[in-house]
Order: sequence, then C-alpha cells, then structure tokens
Amino acid sequence: MIPLPPMAPPGVATSESLASDLSCFPTPDAYVALVRAFKDDGFELCADLCGVDYLEHPGRNLPDSVVPTRFEVVVNLLSLSKRQRVRVRVQAGDDEPRVASLFDLYPGTEAMEREAFDLFGILFDDHPDLTRILMPEEWEGHPLRKDYAVGRVPVQFKEAPGPR
Amino acid sequence: MSDLHVRSAERPDFLTVETSEGAQGLQARDATSTLELGRELGAVLRANGLTLDPNDVDLERRDDETMIINMGPAHPSTHGVLRLMLELDGEFVLRTKPVIGYLHTGMEKTGEVLTYVQGGTNVTRMDYLSPVANELSYSMAVEKLLGIEVPERAVWIRMLMAELNRVASHLVWMATNGMDLGATSMMIYGFRERELILAFFEKTAGLRLNLNYVRPGGVAADLPDGWQDDVAIICDTIFERSFEYDQLLTGQPIFRQRMEGVAPITAEEALALGVTGPLLRSTGVPWDLRRTMPYLAYDQVDFDVIVGTYGDNFDRYAIRLNEIRESIRIVRQCLEKMPSGDYRSQDPKVTPPPRARIGESMEALIHHFKLFTEGFAVPAGEVYSAIESPRGELGCYLVSDGGPKPYRLHVRAPSFVNLQAVPLLMRGGSVSDAITVISTVDPIMGEVDR
Repeated sequence: MIPLPPMAPPGVATSESLASDLSCFPTPDAYVALVRAFKDDGFELCADLCGVDYLEHPGRNLPDSVVPTRFEVVVNLLSLSKRQRVRVRVQAGDDEPRVASLFDLYPGTEAMEREAFDLFGILFDDHPDLTRILMPEEWEGHPLRKDYAVGRVPVQFKEAPGPR
Repeated sequence: MSDLHVRSAERPDFLTVETSEGAQGLQARDATSTLELGRELGAVLRANGLTLDPNDVDLERRDDETMIINMGPAHPSTHGVLRLMLELDGEFVLRTKPVIGYLHTGMEKTGEVLTYVQGGTNVTRMDYLSPVANELSYSMAVEKLLGIEVPERAVWIRMLMAELNRVASHLVWMATNGMDLGATSMMIYGFRERELILAFFEKTAGLRLNLNYVRPGGVAADLPDGWQDDVAIICDTIFERSFEYDQLLTGQPIFRQRMEGVAPITAEEALALGVTGPLLRSTGVPWDLRRTMPYLAYDQVDFDVIVGTYGDNFDRYAIRLNEIRESIRIVRQCLEKMPSGDYRSQDPKVTPPPRARIGESMEALIHHFKLFTEGFAVPAGEVYSAIESPRGELGCYLVSDGGPKPYRLHVRAPSFVNLQAVPLLMRGGSVSDAITVISTVDPIMGEVDR
C-alpha cells in the first residue's frame, strides 16, 4: 500500500482498489488540499479527471466513513519519478454537484473539467471558462447522466420497445 | 460615376445571430477574464499566480489592434474537424482557442448500452488511426476486473499488432505532416507503406481499419498461415524506406526551417498541461509507459525510448520517425519469440466456443447463446488501465456494477489532453507555423470528441 503524502489533510479514507492503485476518498473540503499534497509529493501529472453518475448503482464499495452521493469526480494522478498512480475519488453531491477546480494545480485539467461539466453538469468552482466543450452551446441537459434518455431508432421489430 | 449603383450587401439579422460566437468561441479581450486570457495566451504555469512572459505577448493590447479569425472546422490542415479561433496581429498569432465537439457522437454513452463483448466495436472507432491501442486499453481494463489471465501467445500477438499499428499511425502522421508542409511526395510514400500494414491487418482480422481484433480474453483470431513472411517483408520494406524519408525530409533545408526551433515547449509546461506521448518525450522526459510501467510483454523485448532535447517541431518529427524504427525492432523480436499455444483464454464464460463445437455440444451452444445475447457479467468495481498509444497515454476508466454492460466507460484520450498545448505552442508564431503545430501535436478528432 502506498502511504498518503506527509502533507495530506487528516481524515482521508483510503482503500486499495483492483488496479493496485491507491484510492483516496477526501471530503469536498479536503479535496484540493489532498491533491496539492500529492502534487508536492511528486505526482507531476494529472492523467485523467472524469465524472461518474451513480444514480442506478448506489450500493458501491466505499470505505465506511464515506457518505456516497450521486455524483463522483474521479481524478487519476501519475508520478513520473516514483512510477506510481493514485486515484482520488471525491463525492460531488446529489442535486447540484459542485467541487473545486484543480486548474490552479494542474492547468491540464481545464478541458477535462469542462467535459465533466458538459456531460454531467458537475460545477467546478474557480474554473476559468466553464462552458460546454463537446455538446453545442444551446444543448439542454447533460447527456452522460443516467436519467438522460438515450433515444432510440425503432428499426428491427414493429412492436418491440427500444432499449429504454 | 455618380449614377453607378453600388450594391451593398444587406446582412439580415438572423444571419448575424446564427454566426455570432457564443461562450465556446474566442471572445474579445475585454470580455475575457484574466485567468482565461492567460490560458488562451498559453501562460499555464500558475504555481505562483498568473505568470506571463512580458517579452512575448503583451496583455495591454487593445481589441481594435487585433483580429479574431476562424480556422476550420473544414480546413484541410486541421486533420478532420478541428476548429481553431486565432487572435492575430497581422501575421502573428496572439491567442488561440481550439473549439471541438464537431465529431462528438457520444461514444462513452454508447459504451454503457453495449455489452462487454460488443464494446470493442465501439472503442475501436475512437482513435481511428490506432484502433488496436483502443481495443487493448479497453480489453485490459475488462480483464483486470474479471481477473483472468491472457495466454502468452495472445499477449505477443497483441504486442505485434499494437506495434504494427503504431508504425501505421506514425506513417500517416509523416504523410499528413509532409502534406501540410508542401512535401506531397511524402504524403504518397507514407500512405503507400501503410497499405502494407493494412493489408496484413485485413488478412489477420478481416478488416483494415476498425479491427475489433483485440477482445477481452485474447484476440479474435490466430495469425494467418505464413504470417512470418508477411511481417518480415513489412519490417524490411519499411525499415529500409525509413531512410528514404530521412533523405527526403530530414536533410531538406525548407523542411528544417519550417520545423527547427518552431513552437518549442518545456518539460515543465508539458507536465503541467498533462501532455504525454511524443510531445512529452520531445522535451527530454523519458516517459514511455511501455518502458516505465510495462504491460503485455514489453519488459521482455529490447527497444529504445526516443527522447528529444528542445521540444520543438523537429524533435517531434524525429521522435516519430525513430519510433517507427524502434517499433519495427519490437516487431522483429515478436517474430522470433512468438510462443505457441492458445490465442485466447479458454474460459467458456468469456470466450465463445469454436464454431465447430456448437453443432455437437449442448454446452457450447448454451455458452455461445448466452455470450452473444446477454454477455458475461463482470464483478463490480472500478479500474483504470493505461497504455502507450502512438499519441500518448490512452487510459480506460471502467466502472462495473456487476452486470454485463459497463456502468461507466471513460476513455482518457491523449489527443484530447494534448490539444491543450496548442495555444501555448502557437503563441507568437505565424499562421504558417500554426499549421505545423496542429500537425506535430497530431490530434485525432475521433478521439478528441469521442
């Protein structure tokens, strides 16, 4: 198990995930502090940031102290010097998901956060340009949410219902 | 002259509204926040506040001195449907903003309604120049969740195909890059050599482009008879011809002047922006997941990680050219060391039975039916698997709720992230350099927009 960095905020729950990366579950308040601690500890690159909507899968495996919410933001950090990965999973909220932006720490998260905003409606505080990136500007709704209808093309059978 | 009627174009209001730029586009300077302005100018290292290089582009420029123009999405040099909005002072680029989404087809959403068996057909279409890398990243994520081992032969076949695909992808890059710089003969040669590899893909997988060849549990089919000869010919031909490209481009003064010292990036900037792949290696950071975090059997083959020094266009060109040679070196070792055995896992829950068994075995029939109607269930959990695609770190973040379809499929597309380096690279350059920047960053729009 990779230890947490020395400057990490107290009370961050961790667990060893399948990919043998360390997973951390900070509260939204401790989120930026934890990522900063990792950055200071040699995690130079923010490899990935994405949102997940757990509307239809609420009973996921989490450490006991973590209160699951509908939306989760998953950040994958990479250390080139130590050749390690860690995963930071922060519970973003239910109705109006909102977390702080990592733009100050890793400017490369700019497009990824815009994508998470566009497709999930997760708001990122202090993001310089939180606009839609993949969908057209006037688009309504956030397509990767689980309650967003996928639409269907009835082609094969006359009376059969579509996938949703 | 007074009776000459001058026609003035009536510009209807609706036309102006239709074409006006919304928030996604590049705004006038006074409508842009300092933070965003700094990003568009390419000042990214904000560890200690917004730092702009005062010698480079001044912040105090007024809007009436500059012009915002639109490049793309249908510009021939944008390699697809990339749209760039450029703020120009005469010929020089001040600010840049890539506007993407023109090829967005919701592949991550589609991935949630396809079973794990069908998923390969979806991901293979993301980065259409290196389909094997997409399938590999996806399959490895599924296999990690399933906890199954892939037979050794399948591992080596995957490596062989992935490296051939890297060669093909870099050849297309060489071709289009040559085209952008006016070296049209390179264009023809690059596509000519790639054809050899595509023909081999067709022989092996049945398809030339979107292979769906690497699947969870192994690969779709064994290598065809006589594959050793085919691969040996491909290796010899392309290795030999790579020196012709050298003669054609590397020593050519016009090419060098367009490439050398143009659009440099430092290692610090590249890391801050999350840039990976040849772009990161051109700055001198020896980061190649094949070497630093080995997957498949990359720890059992010899190859060099090519790094540059200056991080300019020429380094990026040289890295890709030499990676073609290194990939051929790996392919030759695959040729020697290819083990015998199964090309896919024999777990009947994951691998469909051979066609011949279906007619004689009830169990095989059931497995076949279950696999292709309902798919196989994958234990609940989440996993991130990353590989080195020709463009950088290609990651697949997969969440499973225990059912036969991914609960969430997210692809960390290297082109999508690398595109963020474009404003920085273009700052202060001329419009003709902008073309080379797009080319050497090598964004694949299918992957950027997914």
